[in-house]
Amino acid sequence: MSKLRLPSTIEAPHISSRSSSLHWVWLLLHDSGAVVGGLIVLLVVVLAVFGAPLTGHDPLRVEPFNRLLPPSSSHWLGTDALGRDLLTRMLYGARVSLLVGLGTMVVSTLLGGLGGLVAGFFQSLDGIIMRIMDGLMAFPSILLAVAIMAARGPGIENVIIAITVTTVPRLARLIRGQVMVTRELTYVEAATAVGSKPLRILFWHILPNSVSPLIVQASFTFAVAVVTEAALSFLGAGVPPQEPAWGNMLQESMAVMMAAPWVSIFPGSAIAITVLGLNLLGDGLRDCLDPRTEESS
Amino acid sequence: MVNQIARRLLTLIPVLVVVGITTFVLGHLTPGDPAAVMAGDSATPEQVERIRHALGLDLPLPVQLTTWAGRVVQGNLGDSIFMKEPVGQAILQRVEPTGLLTLLSLFFAILIGVPAGIIAAVRRNSWIDRLAMGISLAGVCIPSFWLGILLILLFAVFLHLLPAAGYVSLSEDPAACLRYLLMPAFSLGLAHAAFLARITRSSMLEVLHEDYVRTARSKGLGKTAVLIRHAFPNVLVPVLTVIGNSTAALLSGAVTTEVVFTLPGIGRMMIQSIARRDYPVIQGVVLCVAVVYVLVNLAVDIAYVFVDPRIRQGER
Repeated sequence: MSKLRLPSTIEAPHISSRSSSLHWVWLLLHDSGAVVGGLIVLLVVVLAVFGAPLTGHDPLRVEPFNRLLPPSSSHWLGTDALGRDLLTRMLYGARVSLLVGLGTMVVSTLLGGLGGLVAGFFQSLDGIIMRIMDGLMAFPSILLAVAIMAARGPGIENVIIAITVTTVPRLARLIRGQVMVTRELTYVEAATAVGSKPLRILFWHILPNSVSPLIVQASFTFAVAVVTEAALSFLGAGVPPQEPAWGNMLQESMAVMMAAPWVSIFPGSAIAITVLGLNLLGDGLRDCLDPRTEESS
Repeated sequence: MVNQIARRLLTLIPVLVVVGITTFVLGHLTPGDPAAVMAGDSATPEQVERIRHALGLDLPLPVQLTTWAGRVVQGNLGDSIFMKEPVGQAILQRVEPTGLLTLLSLFFAILIGVPAGIIAAVRRNSWIDRLAMGISLAGVCIPSFWLGILLILLFAVFLHLLPAAGYVSLSEDPAACLRYLLMPAFSLGLAHAAFLARITRSSMLEVLHEDYVRTARSKGLGKTAVLIRHAFPNVLVPVLTVIGNSTAALLSGAVTTEVVFTLPGIGRMMIQSIARRDYPVIQGVVLCVAVVYVLVNLAVDIAYVFVDPRIRQGER
């Protein structure tokens, strides 16, 4: 009955040799949750890129005679308080969400990954980098993002900056932990012994072992960015109010939700479905690439 | 144990320093000249210069930082430009709705999340498990402010059961206060309940495979007794961690929830201050909430010491 326990020195470090071969892609395609998630994300991307101009309506055109129309054949999801077609605005809103998500994901992965690599590898810099990250993590994320938006003014680039400031510390801490484990492995010691330069060791031997958690987190970072952008825009501290964004649409719907509940229901569903797709994809990626990390951060 | 708590207190210092510097820098990133804002549109350049001098804004930045830090340490957060009152006082007046909302949401999160996670783990792969995890996945994906809007539609607009928005203070009428907070707290708490359920379930599954649980079962203890006395205490540490993290997210989410339900709390005051360009208020709120969050995490760390004897004896 007793389980055979391997000595901890053998089982401890998780070296994902699988990530270098493409075995994980095969695993991912056999994970039904990940496939569903991936298809949802793909659908949102396709609709945002190709669907937006196809509805035959202008997302900004105000038609006072058509205000608050319920869903019909000419306006599939109805119209809002200014008579604008809801579906068209949602599709253009998807572009905003995807742009913010993508921008935040790329910038935070680069900065968080670099910060974590440097902090984990160069002990002299670890203290200062991680103290700054700890300090930034002490701010509740939306509050810090709102304060940054207040200082910098509305706009998509500023939304990306504000959300990135809140996501980088967690990524950096995660990668730092990974690097500190990898740094002690025998093959790194061997590389040092044969005279490899520190930077070569860092980028050639240690970085590949940190790629899996970064890929897994990228999907979750994307999801967090979509929700945070919606919240910021909803609060009037995100994308400029006249632009079609899901958060802006929910903000505008507050005034008319008794007369036209669909104006509140559809944009919110878009956020929830997109985030669901990203989370399913992220869960699948984690199971395939990084089975050891728990859902903690 | 006292030693551990003292050591933990020391680690607060760098965090608070970074929090302070970040808040100060945020205040100085703001476009426009605070002196010009204060002086109003009709002020002459000399008047603006005089206000700038009076505020110390003509001094070098490091000097401004130290004087600002000196004031903040004494509890002086400056004056609101718009409300003409000290920021500290304005925050204190609005602590009640935010505080009650956060506590009630946390209550909902624990009340729903922990039992759901335990049941899902015990009945692994049953329909209850699937249902609980399905709801929890949905709970994680639905933004709390949208859930708030949906709840208003259902319970206020269609069923007329609960007030759609507004607030009555606890001292005035506790029952009415609770009625006003019920929907906001539920919408804010559900996502955390969902997350808590997932963590509780996965930690519980791990613990249920431990040798001491098997021993307890094989010596004849009932399932419930094993669950409560042997398994559950070992789940408390990860659960406490999540609760600590949730508190920060709740304080964050409270901002949007307060706006949805027009609760007169700290978050709504901050949002209103953005439109008015009332930067001392924004700065003050961010600083106060960050300090509260740091203190909550300290409390959680101290709670570990009580919950887990291994930590008490310094094994970890």
